[in-house]
Amino acid sequence: MRTNFRLLRTQAFRIVLVYGLLFAFSVSSLLFFTYWNTRRTLDDQTDQTIEAEITGLSEQYTRLGVRGLEESLTNRQLHPGAGQALYILTDSAHRFLAGNLDSWPSITTDPGNFVEFAYERRTNSGLETRRARGRLFPISTLLGDYYLLVAEDVHDRDLIQGMFTTTLPWTVALILLFGLLGGALMSRNMLRRLDSINRTSGEIVAGNFTRRVPVSGAHDEFDVLAENLNRMLDRIERLMKGLREVTDSVAHDLRTPLNRLRQRLEQSQARLQAAGSDASEIERAIAETDSLIATFNALLLIAETDAGTARGAMSPLDLSSVAADVSELYEPLAEEKNVILTLIRPSGFHPGDTVIEGNRSLVSQALANLVDNAIKYTPPGGRVTIRPGLHFQGADISVADSGPGIPLEERSRVVERFVRLEASRSSPGTGLGLALVAAVAHFHNAELLLEDNAPGLKATLRFPRPAVRLIPPAETAKLPQIPSRAAAE
Amino acid sequence: MRILVVEDDLEAQRYLVQGLKESGHVVDDAADGDLGLSLALSRPYDVAIIDRMLPKMDGLGVVAEMREHGNTTPVLFLSALSEVDDRVKGLKAGGDDYLTKPYAFVELLARVDALMRRRSPVTVKTRLQVGDLDLDLLTRAANRGEQPIDLQPREFRLLEYLMRHAGQVVTRTMLLESVWEYHFDPQTNVIDVHISRLRAKIDKGFDAPLLHTIRGAGYMIRAR
Repeated sequence: MRTNFRLLRTQAFRIVLVYGLLFAFSVSSLLFFTYWNTRRTLDDQTDQTIEAEITGLSEQYTRLGVRGLEESLTNRQLHPGAGQALYILTDSAHRFLAGNLDSWPSITTDPGNFVEFAYERRTNSGLETRRARGRLFPISTLLGDYYLLVAEDVHDRDLIQGMFTTTLPWTVALILLFGLLGGALMSRNMLRRLDSINRTSGEIVAGNFTRRVPVSGAHDEFDVLAENLNRMLDRIERLMKGLREVTDSVAHDLRTPLNRLRQRLEQSQARLQAAGSDASEIERAIAETDSLIATFNALLLIAETDAGTARGAMSPLDLSSVAADVSELYEPLAEEKNVILTLIRPSGFHPGDTVIEGNRSLVSQALANLVDNAIKYTPPGGRVTIRPGLHFQGADISVADSGPGIPLEERSRVVERFVRLEASRSSPGTGLGLALVAAVAHFHNAELLLEDNAPGLKATLRFPRPAVRLIPPAETAKLPQIPSRAAAE
Repeated sequence: MRILVVEDDLEAQRYLVQGLKESGHVVDDAADGDLGLSLALSRPYDVAIIDRMLPKMDGLGVVAEMREHGNTTPVLFLSALSEVDDRVKGLKAGGDDYLTKPYAFVELLARVDALMRRRSPVTVKTRLQVGDLDLDLLTRAANRGEQPIDLQPREFRLLEYLMRHAGQVVTRTMLLESVWEYHFDPQTNVIDVHISRLRAKIDKGFDAPLLHTIRGAGYMIRAR
């Protein structure tokens, strides 16, 4: 059912539909013109014949008068080969004087013009009504007025006209029918090719960079498109590999000296402590080194996540269970700070509604960063709420606090690297927490929304709905959920 | 205990070997993959510490070869590479643990100790005991002396991990990895709060504390 509707929506089908309509219109115009022209030609011929007859008869009249005309008409009627010519001569009261028409037909046209009328003709099977076209010719004499009508039977012309009028709708209908059928076939063919391209692109977006668009070998536009796409993909793959290599060497070349630095410091510390000297300076240096390392690791992770080079384990991931785990990890910390941490599990969910395709480690870390921030900035007595939920396009997870919040004009800035608001400069942190959350969101095609919780901040990660409905991962390895603080809405 | 160190950064290797020797271990070293592999296959080691990136033969290759030859020496990978999916690769290749450079020596030592412990013959334990603290893994009941201790599921797992490594230093990262299965550093040290909660349950009101903080390293559970 769905594919049928899709067929109607394709560009190819629309083109064929418009083209079919145009074609039907032009064919009918052509047919109409042919019909009109044929009819005109036939009428012209008839008219000329009638003119000739009238010229002949008027000569007779000039020479022999009305009597001669009567005689001539009677003769003509008997003349063989005059099967289609019709004559009638009447007096001023339209009484029959001569001719092969029985009576004056009912005509309403002005004399002198060509007229058409119906008449009755005797055939083997009786009377038959036929149409004729002729010319009225009034004759004025001293003895009174006479009327002469010379006409030709136009039955054949009417037959042709009938043929045209019945053919035309059928022709149009057939053109449209075949056009639409052809269109449907063409679109289906195109759809199939496009589908294969779309499927491949989808897989590549999902991280399988080794996939390539199939080439049919027909050397048509689709093959050219597929080849171009494949060339592009080769290039992207090379670039990604290059980027990964750069990240790896940056990591290696910075971590190796950092490692030596830390080892040297540790050794000096050990030596000083063994000698009973004060090693507190060294200890501080080690702490500084560790925070340098933490910043570097966070930056590297953000860079990798943002670039999408870190295609780690993507798997079906239940946001509800991620939320439960992180909530459980932070609950004692919140309690120590006298902040109420609540995990809300709204009712009415089906298991699997909050399952996304994601990287557990990254999503957990992003959520941990949000919860960490929320607890850090919420004053004692405040509350932090974690809520996995649903939005119209998929699943989401939000962390709301009752802290000072982030002013509207700062919200887009805080997700940048190293940005820390004036108010928080004094507290510990790298300024990379939200940047990592934003990178994780980007990695998952998710959205990071920062909203006013009035008071406080509400941060929401909105994940897109997975292409197929995912089954939540087996919970066998998981601990039973901790019910203590979980509240149901 | 015999330890093999395969590390091509000679300065780092020197510090590492020296540190391990000072901790009472016997250490052999190699600066490339080939030598590392032949040492690993020719002598019995309790633990091998192998760098991921080595000349001649990559660290992953060394471990794959070792496993191919039926060598089951526990392997700790050291890596200076970015870590997102590198850890997975290392563990898949046959590594037992994974440490990203730069590391604290106490972290490395704690992990080496844990790996050695794993080596000792595994008897299926259903009951863990440290001093008068008793953990029944079947009924999931904890008792200190006569007094039952009520534990949340995660607290139970935390205590179980500590008790399985009784007498050994367990770092915060090890706890986060083993008990919570998280491979990242939370910005705030949440583990400390979990530990103090656990400590309140098992040590509060008792004369001899069992759960000790090892300054600059982590935690240890021991009877005396």
